[in-house]
Amino acid sequence: MKILIKNGCVIDPSQDLDRIADILLEDGKVRRISHNIKVNGETFIDAAGKIVMPGIVDMHVHLREPGREDKETVVTGTRAALKGGVTSVLAMPNTSPAMDSPENILTLKDIIARSASNNVFICAAITKERLGGELTDIAKLKKSGAVAISDDGSSVDNEQLMLAAMQKAKKGDIPVICHCEDRAISDKGTVNLGVMSTRLGLRGIPSASEYKRVERDIRLAQKAGCRLHIAHVSCKESVEMIAKAKKKGIGITAETAPHYFALSEEATFDYDTNKKMNPPLRSKADVQAIKQGLRDGTIDTIASDHAPHTENEKEIEFDRAEFGVIGLETELAVGISELVETGLLSWKDFVGKVSFNPARILGLKKGTLAIGADADIIVVSADKEWIVGKEGFVSQSKNSAFLGRRLKGLVDYTICAGRIAYRSEGRTVIGL
Amino acid sequence: MVWSRKDLVGLEELSKEEIELILQTAESFKEVSTREIKKVPALRGKTVVNLFYEPSTRTRVSFEVAAKRLSADVINIAAETSSVKKGETLSDTGKNIEALKADIIVVRHNYSGAAAMLARNVSISVVNAGDGWHEHPTQALLDIFTLKEKLGSIEGLKVSIVGDIAHSRVARSNIWGLTKLGAKVTVCAPMMLIPVGIEEMGVELTDNIDKALACADAVNVLRMQFERDSEGAFPEQLEYFKKFGITHERLDKAKKNIIVMHPGPINCGIEMSSEVADGANSVILEQVTNGIAVRMAVLFLVAQARDTAPVINIKGGAG
Repeated sequence: MKILIKNGCVIDPSQDLDRIADILLEDGKVRRISHNIKVNGETFIDAAGKIVMPGIVDMHVHLREPGREDKETVVTGTRAALKGGVTSVLAMPNTSPAMDSPENILTLKDIIARSASNNVFICAAITKERLGGELTDIAKLKKSGAVAISDDGSSVDNEQLMLAAMQKAKKGDIPVICHCEDRAISDKGTVNLGVMSTRLGLRGIPSASEYKRVERDIRLAQKAGCRLHIAHVSCKESVEMIAKAKKKGIGITAETAPHYFALSEEATFDYDTNKKMNPPLRSKADVQAIKQGLRDGTIDTIASDHAPHTENEKEIEFDRAEFGVIGLETELAVGISELVETGLLSWKDFVGKVSFNPARILGLKKGTLAIGADADIIVVSADKEWIVGKEGFVSQSKNSAFLGRRLKGLVDYTICAGRIAYRSEGRTVIGL
Repeated sequence: MVWSRKDLVGLEELSKEEIELILQTAESFKEVSTREIKKVPALRGKTVVNLFYEPSTRTRVSFEVAAKRLSADVINIAAETSSVKKGETLSDTGKNIEALKADIIVVRHNYSGAAAMLARNVSISVVNAGDGWHEHPTQALLDIFTLKEKLGSIEGLKVSIVGDIAHSRVARSNIWGLTKLGAKVTVCAPMMLIPVGIEEMGVELTDNIDKALACADAVNVLRMQFERDSEGAFPEQLEYFKKFGITHERLDKAKKNIIVMHPGPINCGIEMSSEVADGANSVILEQVTNGIAVRMAVLFLVAQARDTAPVINIKGGAG
């Protein structure tokens, strides 16, 4: 099977590419990138005026299966991903049961084999049941197919245990993804601590609950010599600490989510629980620091932290509502609208943040259009505007922080493993 | 000035003109309570539901009296006896009350933001009777009404609010209302009980009660809810009285006609001495009387707004 994508603006930071070209895909791989490719018998995509880039590699996704299929499943989550131009996801381990044993990973792999529409990679837990008490068998989990470890949703409070986990991760050459939060500080907070928490009469979460843990994990990672990845960075102190650590040559990478550069704490003014996430939306100064960190390379990647919740868990009192928002179907457009359109990032830098960089962090052969690479490619109408609405979501949950927002950038085609898995005409997800 | 909001969730979102309209409307309703037959037909045929998730006698009774003096039918729902315990959500409860064809829900809730959430989930009117630490707009309106009655105008007044500012919806609503009307507001509390960034709401801070009283035209003394001190932020009761309690000795150093207010119920010997509570400067019982007029005004205005569309949703957006 051949697909020829004609006359698109091909952007691939892995080859320093940003020019009009044709791409020929054959047997699931990128075969040629050149001017004026002519072959017979191929599927033809006219990409004139469109962006052609590697599919998004989203390294922070909660697919909720197994255990919370009322929120999302591998079927709905990966179909939502395709619509958002996401061809690879890293599934976080806070499922039920948690991904803390080879058996559980095997179960999930079975589900993925049966029902995934894109590439799903598995992140395993650091501790059993993610309770922070006893380490998992990291080497075995890696052997079973995990590409990273994390207790995402929680941080491992016990310093000795975390150090031991990092030493094992170093030995097993697997990255450690840290959800940095000191619960003793964040406590029962629900929004950023500051004038907004005061105005709303809600308990605040100080930035210190994040950056103190970032500081600790950098220190431990330096000791262990492991690869440390900081998840969902939200505040300026964390950005500063990560920049400093990078300067010192510590093996650290960092991620932020679209809501941390597109929204600030003011967005919670009406107690909209779709603006409730952990870490919380921070101050304007923090948003500025996140943007600067993306620009200067301190923050390597953008991931959605796609966290589906049912309406019953969200459309309730702010204090009682679950933390988290969905993001697979909006991250590309939010990035284009807030980072590329504004001139903060070049197209090449942006594409790197959402594809090549996360693939590199996880050691995946993804996020590139190099000859012979897996044909995971998206064709994007960068200037097409749309308004985010509940009806449009493929995800089973609708808890988006961007409902009602006008965004720029729509996926026309998502090609996964050399096959057209989604096209926007008629808004159909074809699946694989 | 025409009132066009279906709800009253807080004073933060109101304009100066809207607040003044409520106060003017309350002035004309105050006289009703002095009549032999204390009733006007303004809300005849309307149903007001008091939906209270927190125990409250004063506020609930005040709303009930206000609604009845407007000839509305009143139904009281206390959370203990409702389907809340069966797991019904606030929004579902609201929709059920709406389906009963009630016109106004007066809601008291222990969670901040509950009134706003309810307001955007029902098309009938919602009046906030206190939500968590967020706002208690009718309390602030009756405080302001009382001040205005005593001193003529709010513009330029110096008002100090003393007590647990951090956990007080009364404080927040008073700050918004008073500053919008041009008063200078000082909050006074132990530093542990002053929330982060409150100065950005346009107030001065102090932890010195004598400074807070020095040039004040009025002092609003908050109830110290020791029973709710879950975070251990409160000082000892006696120590609090020593440092912050309003006494005659302290008032002697203040303006002679300083007005002393309290939203009730008072912890005598903690926030203020009983002599002060019953003294010449105290307007505490007048506040209770004025509460009826202010709540009549609010119920009347929100009901009227729904009768004369288009309606503006108070805290819109959100899905």
